Amino acid sequence: MLSLRVNGEEVQISTDPDTPLAYVLRDILKLKGTKIGCGLEQCGACTVLADGEAVQSCATPVAVFEGRDITTIEGLAASAEGRRVQQAFTKARAAQCGYCTAGLVVKVTALAQAGVPADRDRLKDALTGHLCRCGSHPRVLQAAEDVLERKA
Amino acid sequence: MSLENYPLVRDWLHVKNGRLHLRTGKVDLGQRISTALMCIAAQELALPFDTIDIDPVRTDDSPDEGITSGSNSIEQSGAAQRLACATARQWAMTAAADALGVEVEALSLEDGQISHRGTNDRCDLLDLLVALPADLPVDAQAPAWVLNGPIPDAMPRGLRDMVEGRYVYVHDLERPGMLHARIVCPPKTDAKLAKLDPTVVTRLEEKGVHVIRDGAFLAIAGPQEWQVVRAASSLAAACVWDLGPELATGDIFQAMADRDAQRFSVVDGKPDPDAPLPPTLDAPAYTETFERPYTLHGALGPSAALATFSGGQLEILTHSQGIYFLRDSIADSLGMAPKDVVLEHVPGSGCYGHNAADDAAFEAALVAVALPETPILLKYTRSDEHGREPVGTAMAVRLEARLSAEGHIDAVWMEARGDTHRGRPRAGANRAGPARLAANAARDCDVPRFVPEPNMNRHAGLHRNLDPIYTFADKRMVKALVPDLPLRPSALRCLGAPANVLAIESMMDEQAVAADDDPIAFRIRHLSDPRDIAVLEKLRDVLALAGPCDGPDASGRGIAYAQYKNAMTRVGVAVDLSVTEVGAVALHHVHLVADAGRIVDADGLLAQLEGGVLQGASWALHERVTWGPQGRESLDWESYPVLRFDNVPTFDIHLIDAGHAPSVGAGEASPSPTVAAIANGIFAASGLRLRRMPFDADAVMQAALQA
Repeated sequence: MLSLRVNGEEVQISTDPDTPLAYVLRDILKLKGTKIGCGLEQCGACTVLADGEAVQSCATPVAVFEGRDITTIEGLAASAEGRRVQQAFTKARAAQCGYCTAGLVVKVTALAQAGVPADRDRLKDALTGHLCRCGSHPRVLQAAEDVLERKA
Repeated sequence: MSLENYPLVRDWLHVKNGRLHLRTGKVDLGQRISTALMCIAAQELALPFDTIDIDPVRTDDSPDEGITSGSNSIEQSGAAQRLACATARQWAMTAAADALGVEVEALSLEDGQISHRGTNDRCDLLDLLVALPADLPVDAQAPAWVLNGPIPDAMPRGLRDMVEGRYVYVHDLERPGMLHARIVCPPKTDAKLAKLDPTVVTRLEEKGVHVIRDGAFLAIAGPQEWQVVRAASSLAAACVWDLGPELATGDIFQAMADRDAQRFSVVDGKPDPDAPLPPTLDAPAYTETFERPYTLHGALGPSAALATFSGGQLEILTHSQGIYFLRDSIADSLGMAPKDVVLEHVPGSGCYGHNAADDAAFEAALVAVALPETPILLKYTRSDEHGREPVGTAMAVRLEARLSAEGHIDAVWMEARGDTHRGRPRAGANRAGPARLAANAARDCDVPRFVPEPNMNRHAGLHRNLDPIYTFADKRMVKALVPDLPLRPSALRCLGAPANVLAIESMMDEQAVAADDDPIAFRIRHLSDPRDIAVLEKLRDVLALAGPCDGPDASGRGIAYAQYKNAMTRVGVAVDLSVTEVGAVALHHVHLVADAGRIVDADGLLAQLEGGVLQGASWALHERVTWGPQGRESLDWESYPVLRFDNVPTFDIHLIDAGHAPSVGAGEASPSPTVAAIANGIFAASGLRLRRMPFDADAVMQAALQA
């Protein structure tokens, strides 16, 4: 049995401890907002918060996350930053197919919580581990700037 | 086409539980066609946006509108929907006039309510439409209602759910008793299974997973997803493959040039098998070849499908773009009647053409048939997707040009050469449907090998945008189909247009430079259509306002122009970029002007143009499939680099509202001119002329060494 804290709740999970976190979230906890894009930590679609830090969840074993506070896209609205980021993405209409969107919303929330300044070049570098194939990038950057500017 | 087969208003809409339900055969891939159709209905029926739904697209229910491709949805489904809604409005106004005992002219329609002007008498439009006669035909002459009216500002369908993690993709579906499934992807699609260690199979089955085998097609199914992923890896390790003939390696463009081709003269955008092949030009002033490698669709989410075989019926939930053709191809492959196979479109990751969606749907069906009464959710892994999906066709375009004494281009000869862009499973000679499903190459079945037929439609395949939009007096064009190149090709967003537009627009740029002329003025001199000219004049104004290209040293501005298929959205684009010391191209600003006719959904149009620019930029700068004798080698995002956030430019997009002109598709309008504008920008920044994509740092440095 593994103990995890996900979106503010303690959960006990019986699984192979090598199972990557994303599979536990999706297949066992039925939190399907976290997407799996590559299973190789190359695309960012599976990003969640672990103790406030944006991390990819598709390859790292769930055992590594024991004792850490996990927040998924479903739990983001519990924080003011998370809600503001979701509103900013909606306002900027920052999604096409949307498969990359949850990971980006989580990542931008982490940036907002860390108080990163709304500097476009720094923002572009910060998001460069996230792939989007539809080309929603300019709207994601707009949404992120909106959130970070209001923070400043 | 849509209205010919589905002539009744009820084919396109109905009212249920107080809401308007639209029916369409076109599927939403993230390009927002469903939002656009809702905009059309909201506008024609003066209905609040939130009273409109789109019915699921199912082969046993929806109008069969073929494939969602070619930027055709607005012209096909959109036009049908507009006329159906306009007919319904006319019928409802007459019904309201009868009910209220007044003339139609005394009525007004607003916010879903039909009112007798100057009184409190009113009828609810949706209540009236419940009684819409089932046999009411769509009036092809029904007038569009609010020509040049305000464009509804529509919230994209599903956006909120995407942002909050609640939008359901096929990957997220759950069914009672469902099993997860993975394939064991062979290194080559046609590989045979020489040996499979039976002890591994037994061990896996003892752990509670199913091993499904049909010839060399191998799959795993089990209740827990991660267990299935691991089991598929174990099974893959237990396989010894007979890879058959090695893939030809080396320079694909040389291979293409050396091979015999089926060649056709292309007249007015259409191959003409009876027309003699046009001769090349005598002593052309300009002769160059432009090349585009194989590229991936590279969906962010690997392909997936949910299939259930129950009571002799197969139901498949898929993100395919062509569910009707796929149904027929799967039914044919399995010896089933098409009516016993039902496909429903469900959201997937953006696909940009014929990717692995269709193969995954068929493979889910194969597992489902082996495990009846059990829902099977089959997903590809990243390396399955990169390694197995059909690739965008590699192409070479040769262009010769001749100039008049006045420096006007008066003749061109062009040849677009490459394999087919038409690899979708669909009916055709030699069971072309089954032959184009990857798993049939592995199964024990007698499906013949797929041999492509040349696509003879206007502006299709290799010759999409081959016919220059410019008023050259003498245009000689050849389509040259070279089948059986190493990799399995199919339709990727824009088909042949990026390579053809790169050739034409590079040539235009080079001639403008040679003539010491302004690139926009030079193009306008070779155009006659006022809307083409208006786009470029607007771009000139936009650039004048923006000022000259600024940026670090070695920066420059590249211009390009194209009208998709010479018939759809017109795009003029300028890309400001710089070339770094190590040869990397940094994108700074994109200025773009587009004319898509009457605008349906302005924000959706902008999103498509932006996304197209970035996909075009990714093709221009990064994308190339690599392979060796034993299969593909670009199997992840490290070995197949794409454009990332760190190289995203700023956007300045201007839409020309041509309210009088029909709405045309825009999903594929901006990538091709963007590719050309980047090539022209690299020249402006560095003096280097690159003609083989991708223009990555290696290519730039190599060009610099040769300069």
